[in-house]
Amino acid sequence: MIDFELTEEQQMIRDSVGAFASEQIRKAAREADETGKIQAELIAQAWQLGLTSGPLPEQYGGGGDTRSAITGALIAEELGYGDISIGFHILAPRLVAFPVAEMGTDEQKARMLKQFSGANFVAAAAAIIEPKFDFDLTAIQTTAKRDGVGWILNGVKCNVPLAAESDTLLVYAASDASKGFAGVDAFLVPRDTAGLKISEREKNMGLKGLATHGVTLENCSVGALARLGGDKGINFSRLMSEARIAIAAFGVGLMRSAFDYARDYAKERKAFGVFIAQKQAIAFILADMAIEIDAARLLVWEAASRLDKGEDALEESYLAKNYVAASALKVTDNAVQCLGGHGYVRDHPVEMWLRNARGLAAIDGIATV
Amino acid sequence: MIDFELEPQVLKRLQMYHMVAENMMRPISREYDEKEHEKPWQFYETMWQAQALADVGAPTKSDEKDSGPKLRNLYTVLSTEELCWGDAGLFLSTPNSGLGGAAVMAAGTPQQKARFLKRFSEGKPKWGAMAITEPHFGSDSAAVKTTAVRDGDNWVINGTKIFCTGGEMAAEKSEGFVVVWATVDATAGRAGIKPFVVDHNTPGMSVIRVEDKMGIRASDTAAIVFDNCKIPLDHILGSAEVKREGGFKDVMATFDATRPIVAAMAIGVGRAALDFVRDFLKEQKVEIRYGISQRRLTALERDFMEMEVQLKAARLLTWRAAWMLDTGKRNNLEASMAKAKAGLVVTQITQKAVELLGPLGYSRQYLLEKWMRDAKINDIFEGTQQINMIIVARRILGYGSKELN
Repeated sequence: MIDFELTEEQQMIRDSVGAFASEQIRKAAREADETGKIQAELIAQAWQLGLTSGPLPEQYGGGGDTRSAITGALIAEELGYGDISIGFHILAPRLVAFPVAEMGTDEQKARMLKQFSGANFVAAAAAIIEPKFDFDLTAIQTTAKRDGVGWILNGVKCNVPLAAESDTLLVYAASDASKGFAGVDAFLVPRDTAGLKISEREKNMGLKGLATHGVTLENCSVGALARLGGDKGINFSRLMSEARIAIAAFGVGLMRSAFDYARDYAKERKAFGVFIAQKQAIAFILADMAIEIDAARLLVWEAASRLDKGEDALEESYLAKNYVAASALKVTDNAVQCLGGHGYVRDHPVEMWLRNARGLAAIDGIATV
Repeated sequence: MIDFELEPQVLKRLQMYHMVAENMMRPISREYDEKEHEKPWQFYETMWQAQALADVGAPTKSDEKDSGPKLRNLYTVLSTEELCWGDAGLFLSTPNSGLGGAAVMAAGTPQQKARFLKRFSEGKPKWGAMAITEPHFGSDSAAVKTTAVRDGDNWVINGTKIFCTGGEMAAEKSEGFVVVWATVDATAGRAGIKPFVVDHNTPGMSVIRVEDKMGIRASDTAAIVFDNCKIPLDHILGSAEVKREGGFKDVMATFDATRPIVAAMAIGVGRAALDFVRDFLKEQKVEIRYGISQRRLTALERDFMEMEVQLKAARLLTWRAAWMLDTGKRNNLEASMAKAKAGLVVTQITQKAVELLGPLGYSRQYLLEKWMRDAKINDIFEGTQQINMIIVARRILGYGSKELN
């Protein structure tokens, strides 16, 4: 039955992550953007919230919570409200932990999951995107060829979060390029595998707090146990739906932060004898932002709820992510506009949010619910 | 728990509405668009007979106990969408208590609700209409100049109303009624504005004009003059007392319930256009590829997906607004969000749909061009997009009408 109410538990998670995001993450956002560094202390604190370990099975030391895409979207939105660079960093280990928990073999679960259930942050991340202007998830160029019982990986990846500090990378590669989504596999590749090279840190317009790297795979040989899901492989389309919902949810949080800031500013800034928020030209921009935020969130929730019911959400997550990518850009741009020249100055966070929003369209698979 | 799934019994009832839309409305759609002021009586009779359908367009507050679905407003929104997928003009002209009924529900006492609405479940087809707009204002509903003056056991109403949806059917062509908003105390501003039920063919009430319109032509839009129109004292809905908070608040409460319905009407038309384009492209073997890089999509695919997701966004906002009403939450921000978004995007969607089909889209051979004409009104009536944006803006800014106007 149609319902727009969160469960009590979801409400609690949202409140606690939201409080952490607005009190701790937001404060650290500018420094992370300027220096490219996130205080280890902050990441450690975030880890204590159990965002990765909570939904992992108890037998591997996890919290045994039911993994819910809607709950994941709520978490991502709150983190995104704090700062999306830091939020992506905090959730990066999920990019390995969740696909393993969902689609891995028993052996892979036993081997991989325990590390994420400890008290300390463990970096791990996925290599999906490739440095091409028309990069397409259904036409991944990185290849996986069978080599006896194992596999040989070749290709170039980019925007791999935390690659330099992760012990294991989950590398996505096409084992059968003719099959689109169905022909993509994922491989658990230890960082020190011969043929795997991590390039120096990437420099982007935004998301500057998040350390991302290029990764080159040159005749990188991995064993049979590296293939996620073993003989069954993975459901790549579903994993990408989860990823798109996560990015979209981050975007909703980002939009919300820009809206709140612009609204508060417009209610304090006077021009022509009144607060600028009293001018329809500004008030309508703000109203439009508010509508877009709610619309975007509902699209995210609807796609997420399909996942939670075990249904296919490829179309819904695709549309929601594209919607958010476009509307987050519009909303953050409008926030800069509301502040005028002050919006362009780095004293205020809105210029950073605009730069960060631009990234949403470019990145796929950098977070997951 | 967040859920977007409709229950099987609701889906089943919606399928029935869909059949009505497809088999009873679509076939006569073009005819009653062309013959603007003629009425599809056979369709009306059938719709009236189907009592289950007669409650469409009559929203209720959550405190109303009835045997209908649990989420009654949401259900109304869903069935409205389905019927407007069939034909928005015919939907609007379907015999029922309409906006007049909505006003009775919002402002009337329990006895008044029973007394005035009873007629809609018996006898011959009847219409209810609401008269609020006057020639000197559009969305500024507080500028009502029509007066209601007490004269012994009667109220005497004087004034001119325009843009009454179904006004002719309610006032003269059936045993329905018109709810007219008039001021009992011009010095009291909006607090003095009260709703009155004027029965069909009451002396002094006359329809002076039925508008020729761009779209929704099957539905009559009437101008009604009240010239010393006498009605019984107990035809004022609610209390006659002028309180600071009273009166006009009921207009707004009516809108909280009706705006999601108008949004749903918009969505129904938009979905008709979208479905048409989807089927058309399929026939042309044009594939819409979901999941691939946006940079590899064709312009056609992008346009189509944009239409689709915008419609979906508006739809979810609409569902939320109706659901809030059903669950007793104040929804005036959300109702305006839904109405503003739906009116706008459906205007854009239908215009884009016509554009995508080129000369075929513009041709009256298909209904697409009609849907573009039908869609536009949703961005105007029940508060223009701009009025709803002002309401949204005031709410998010914590401003009243003094701070933001």
